[in-house]
Amino acid sequence: MKRPSAPLPRFLRPAPPRPGDRNGRNNRRNGPASGGAVAPPAERPSAKDTAVEGAASAVGWLDERTGTSAFLRFFLYRKVPKGINWFYTLGTATLFAFLSQAVTGVFLAMYYEPDPTRAYESASHITNEVFLGEFVRGMHKWGSTVMIILIFLHMGRTFLFGAYKYPRELNWVIGVVLLTLTLAMGLTGYLLPFDQRSFWATVVAVNINASGPIVGPYLADFLRAGAEFGPTTIPRFYALHMLAIPGLIAALIGAHLYLVVKLGITAPPWLKAEKKDLLKEEI
Amino acid sequence: MADPPKIDKSSRYTEDRGIAGAFEGETVTRRRLMEGTVLITGGIATMAFALPGLGFALGPIFEDTTPTRWQDVGVVGDFNDQTYVPRVINIVPEIGDPGKTTIYVRRFNRQRDKVVEGQDPQPYIAISTRCAHLGCPVRYIQASQKFVCPCHGGVYGFEGQVEGGPPVRPLDRFYTRETAGRVEIGDRFSLNSELERFAPRDPSNHLDGLWQYIYPSRPTT
Repeated sequence: MKRPSAPLPRFLRPAPPRPGDRNGRNNRRNGPASGGAVAPPAERPSAKDTAVEGAASAVGWLDERTGTSAFLRFFLYRKVPKGINWFYTLGTATLFAFLSQAVTGVFLAMYYEPDPTRAYESASHITNEVFLGEFVRGMHKWGSTVMIILIFLHMGRTFLFGAYKYPRELNWVIGVVLLTLTLAMGLTGYLLPFDQRSFWATVVAVNINASGPIVGPYLADFLRAGAEFGPTTIPRFYALHMLAIPGLIAALIGAHLYLVVKLGITAPPWLKAEKKDLLKEEI
Repeated sequence: MADPPKIDKSSRYTEDRGIAGAFEGETVTRRRLMEGTVLITGGIATMAFALPGLGFALGPIFEDTTPTRWQDVGVVGDFNDQTYVPRVINIVPEIGDPGKTTIYVRRFNRQRDKVVEGQDPQPYIAISTRCAHLGCPVRYIQASQKFVCPCHGGVYGFEGQVEGGPPVRPLDRFYTRETAGRVEIGDRFSLNSELERFAPRDPSNHLDGLWQYIYPSRPTT
């Protein structure tokens, strides 16, 4: 099925040619030349026109090779049901919370040292001495809570609107895996400041893992890198926290969004189908 | 050879199945063979890095990460058989303060301590402060002769046996010995409710009844 292309915003439309202007106002390529193309332009194009022309041709070069604009037009102008409202932005809000965590996390990693003898010092160095360190660390710390709250709000919206039903069950399942991974991020990140609270909370959390039948003791040994909290426990949590789990989350967010776009968005439950009566008559 | 080739869908030969470009006597088409080869090669290549990586990450489960080290905690005269004396030992020496833990030590008491048949009693009772519920540090209260955990209210008696709260087994102990008039602390061990000795378990792992079978010991112990 061919989708109708969305109308271009006004500022992107080619300007109509002015009287006496052979190539249109901005000398754009995408408008047909109004007059004969034989006569050379009377004066040299201005610097601004050259810059605009250069930028347009660079964007065109990229677009011709990647199809970005076609994808964006399809992605951003796709059809959504009537009645969508602010509740439908909670998923995007969660995505931006994740992006914020990713960006602040990368910058925190530039100062943090994942070593049991250095972790606490480097974390307090970030807070107390690094320029804007307290702010970035605070964003990461409070952002984690915000992300988990947003996930639950998003999940509640999906549940209460019945948006988990056929054919979107798989997306619900992916969402639950994402929730679990986000909680695992919370668990692994909690150890990293390595103060008394994070140390003992992690000791208890790992022992809760150990209480699982059969696999529990092995899982705890895997998390601790041994029978006791040892020199490689923090590096292990750090690697899980900033490499393994975020990679999985990013990949699953991709799958989640792909299914959202492929399957479309559900209408709110209070909206009834418009042609219901017509269908009744036909029967 | 005037007859049109017969197509037998269930034949094992590609020629009989009527596949275009089939060779005589061939059971797998070239395309199928290439698909299989690519999948197998890719699988081998993936396993070649995934399996060592996985083994590398899971290694600590299968190796002894806490080798036996005997640690001196004082002269024989420091300890009696009526009350506990706190001492700090290094469980993991490389990591500074987080690797240290408090233990409570007293001499073996002939009247009060239970001797388990077939297991030599330790000359000193060295009780670990790691709660058997979820691993918080317990504290010994001399007035009531009990160990109390601050996290979830576990209470242990004088010998470390559970007297209340959520813990699933008595407090762990350490092996002890006397060397040249000094007391030394060795490896950790766990106990069930009869104070029988077992290889060290994580907190929350039961050692009694049917529960003990769903908490296997470490492969290294």
